[in-house]
Amino acid sequence: MKKIVLFVLIMVMLITIGTTGCNSSSKVTLNVYNWGEYIDKDTIKMFEKEFDIKVNYKTFTTNEDMYVKITSGNAKYDVLFPSDYMIERLIEEDLLYKLNMENIPNSKFIADEFTSPLYDPSNEYSVPYMWGTVGILYNKKMVTDVVDSWDILWNEKYSQQILMQDSQRDSLMVGLLKLGYSMNTTSEDEINQAKQLLIDQRPLVLGYVVDEVRDKMVNEEAALAVVWSGEAMIAKAENPDLEYVIPKEGSNIWVDAMVIPENSENKEAAELFINFMTRTDIALMNAEWVGYNTPQTQAYIQLEPDVKNDKSAYPDQSVIDTLEFFVYDKKATELFNKAWTEIIAD
Amino acid sequence: MGKKSYGSPYFVWMSIFIIVPMFLVLYYAFTIQTDQGMVFSLDNIKRIAEPLYIKVFVRSLVLALESTAICLLIAYPAAMILADKKFSKSTTFLVMIVLPMWMNFLLRTYSWLSLLENNGLINKLVISLGFERMQLMYNEGAVVLGMVYNFLPFMILPIYSVLVKIDNNVIEAARDLGCTSFGVFKKITVPLSLPGVLSGITMVFMPAISTFIISRLLSGGKVSLIGNVIEQQFLVLGDWGFGSALSLVLMVFILISMAFINKGSSGYEGGIL
Amino acid sequence: MIKGMKKIYLSLIILFLYAPIIVLVIFSFNESKNRNVWTGFSLKWYAELFRDRDILSALKYTFIIAIIAAVVSTLIGTLASIGMFRLKKFSFNLVKNVTYIPVLNPDIVTGISLMLLFVFLQFEMGFVTMLLSHITFCIPYVILSVLPKLKQTDISVYEAAQDLGATPMTALWKVVIPEIRPGIVTGFLLAFTLSVDDFVISYFTSGNGVENLSMVVFSMARKGINPTINALSTLLFVLVMSLLLVINKKNKESLF
Repeated sequence: MKKIVLFVLIMVMLITIGTTGCNSSSKVTLNVYNWGEYIDKDTIKMFEKEFDIKVNYKTFTTNEDMYVKITSGNAKYDVLFPSDYMIERLIEEDLLYKLNMENIPNSKFIADEFTSPLYDPSNEYSVPYMWGTVGILYNKKMVTDVVDSWDILWNEKYSQQILMQDSQRDSLMVGLLKLGYSMNTTSEDEINQAKQLLIDQRPLVLGYVVDEVRDKMVNEEAALAVVWSGEAMIAKAENPDLEYVIPKEGSNIWVDAMVIPENSENKEAAELFINFMTRTDIALMNAEWVGYNTPQTQAYIQLEPDVKNDKSAYPDQSVIDTLEFFVYDKKATELFNKAWTEIIAD
Repeated sequence: MGKKSYGSPYFVWMSIFIIVPMFLVLYYAFTIQTDQGMVFSLDNIKRIAEPLYIKVFVRSLVLALESTAICLLIAYPAAMILADKKFSKSTTFLVMIVLPMWMNFLLRTYSWLSLLENNGLINKLVISLGFERMQLMYNEGAVVLGMVYNFLPFMILPIYSVLVKIDNNVIEAARDLGCTSFGVFKKITVPLSLPGVLSGITMVFMPAISTFIISRLLSGGKVSLIGNVIEQQFLVLGDWGFGSALSLVLMVFILISMAFINKGSSGYEGGIL
Repeated sequence: MIKGMKKIYLSLIILFLYAPIIVLVIFSFNESKNRNVWTGFSLKWYAELFRDRDILSALKYTFIIAIIAAVVSTLIGTLASIGMFRLKKFSFNLVKNVTYIPVLNPDIVTGISLMLLFVFLQFEMGFVTMLLSHITFCIPYVILSVLPKLKQTDISVYEAAQDLGATPMTALWKVVIPEIRPGIVTGFLLAFTLSVDDFVISYFTSGNGVENLSMVVFSMARKGINPTINALSTLLFVLVMSLLLVINKKNKESLF
């Protein structure tokens, strides 16, 4: 008995020493919340070393689950990487901190077309991190038809070979565009039609996935997938049979930007982090590692020519003109939520 | 004073961490957010009655029942062999059956991916033998397989622990009185093992009907169970009202089926705990 | 003949239980990340594993939480059982039924109800909320292990000790506790195991970057098959196996 009590006491002591040992240092800890597989982790280590700040780096899967996590859990994060429409929502709900751009001098390297965007017109809350498009990634060995339209995702020939995004705006966009509606519609009727279209598509769909799409496409689990462009670029590099296409009906163009939540307790360190991530060498490292497009002009110049000139990654202006940003609307969001629940649960 | 005060830390703990949360689930299930704040409403409960969610409930129930039945079919003979006193290797086999239970649950589920994929090992074998590729993942079959795999030991152990306690004299007496082997099985083994079977059924059925991990990983998001819908409401959509209502219905359903099962095993205290 | 059939039947079950684990182990030594080809034996995924900060920090949190949760829940649970034992029948049944709630409830319901509680109390999700949740779902298992032992204890011995001049504390410590010790130990081990293995409740009640092993595995598994997880599984499997073998050798019956 005594031995057990002694053992327990020692354990408890060790733990208290262990845990306080971690927390007692006066080092600032920065909580960073980003998308999965969206950073070259060496850049975090470089940041920690350079500024003697510890980074607690965690990831989310979609804008929506990030939003729920930061608003409901009383959680405190210091830097977030949401997309355009989600930033719009966070600004509208007064959840973001107005950045002091003097502390982020590297923001001058951001390309003009990404400064003062629609979601942050006064350019006060966010610094762009990556941008990209949504399109279809397909396997040339497995798909014999020409892939240039969202319609192919309803082609029965590819039954059980199609992967859709487990992300509401992206998947509903596909349905809305196929029907010829705007991806930012607020009409309940149009959203319901898109919902029905996606429910009808279910028997053809192999799975609803987010982060695993790259692994599955590289390993030829499926023939066609709705993906974000950067995933496609990395997948293409790993499996040369894959090709990425932006359908002719148009698609979504997006920007993920770095923001600081209003309740962050380390705003200065967070600004330091944002500035660091926008520095040319770091932005270049990340752009090369994640495969998405960098809005940082100096880093873009230094990219490998075959990356820069890949039209599927950096499309021509004529293609960009067919693309649209998501817009946040409170009422429409509720409709999207409900429609998505019904598609996934069916 | 006396011994009662020893319990007070727990009584306080229990009130805060068990009772209050239950009332919060009730509260969210029966209210909706309006401009005037939270108001009482049956909307969330009514929404569950929509055909879609009934379908999800039925699907979860059917898959859980299927996997419970399969577990029982596999486990009963296994438990009988293990409990057989003439069977010398039973300790070794028993240890081997228990061992995977000590592995992390998620790792065990994850481990099936490389076997079941369209390009997985089983399909590679099937194709090399000259057969057609089979779709083993992304469907309800894969979910049932995952459930059986994870919960099978929970069915074998309680049945084994009851069977092993059956007094051999009873069986011998029955044989002396002219009972056939099948007669012994039907009249003695089965009735005496019933408590173990019931506790096995509970231990398989309950986690099976509420899982969201097995369905998420092995069906690639294709098969939605009630657990998946609840998870989605809480972590993706932030609709706590509807999520709470679904949880409440799931909870009530489980409590009712527990009461139903326990009726059959009154006086029996779980064999595995 | 029949004996052979029995062995074959059990061996098939064993094969079913171990096949996926064996595949994991084999692929953890494959040099290539691509699982369609075997490019040679390599330990690089193990090296990767020990460089992965998420996994290392998850391991740390998993064990810290499991140890604290097991100690605290054993303490509270044992005292609670002793306290409950003296309650009147009605109160006893009431407390016992409430104790059963976390045991009978699906994990997902326990998880979301605790999440609602922490939000309501405005707790910051993280280490503390996860620990409190673990203690909460562990206590009932301790009580359910200790109560039956307590029923077998002769209360008059405890009273006799007090009559002979022992303080209630001493009587409890010297008389009751030794009697129910096997129950306490079972409860402690059960609590520890449940805490280490938990995913669902942690998933809903943790935040701010505090993740346990199951949570890391879940988020990695959602990105597809990853040889690093295979390496992790292999190590854990070997660890568990050797632990059980040691325990089994020391005490043949303690396993069940």
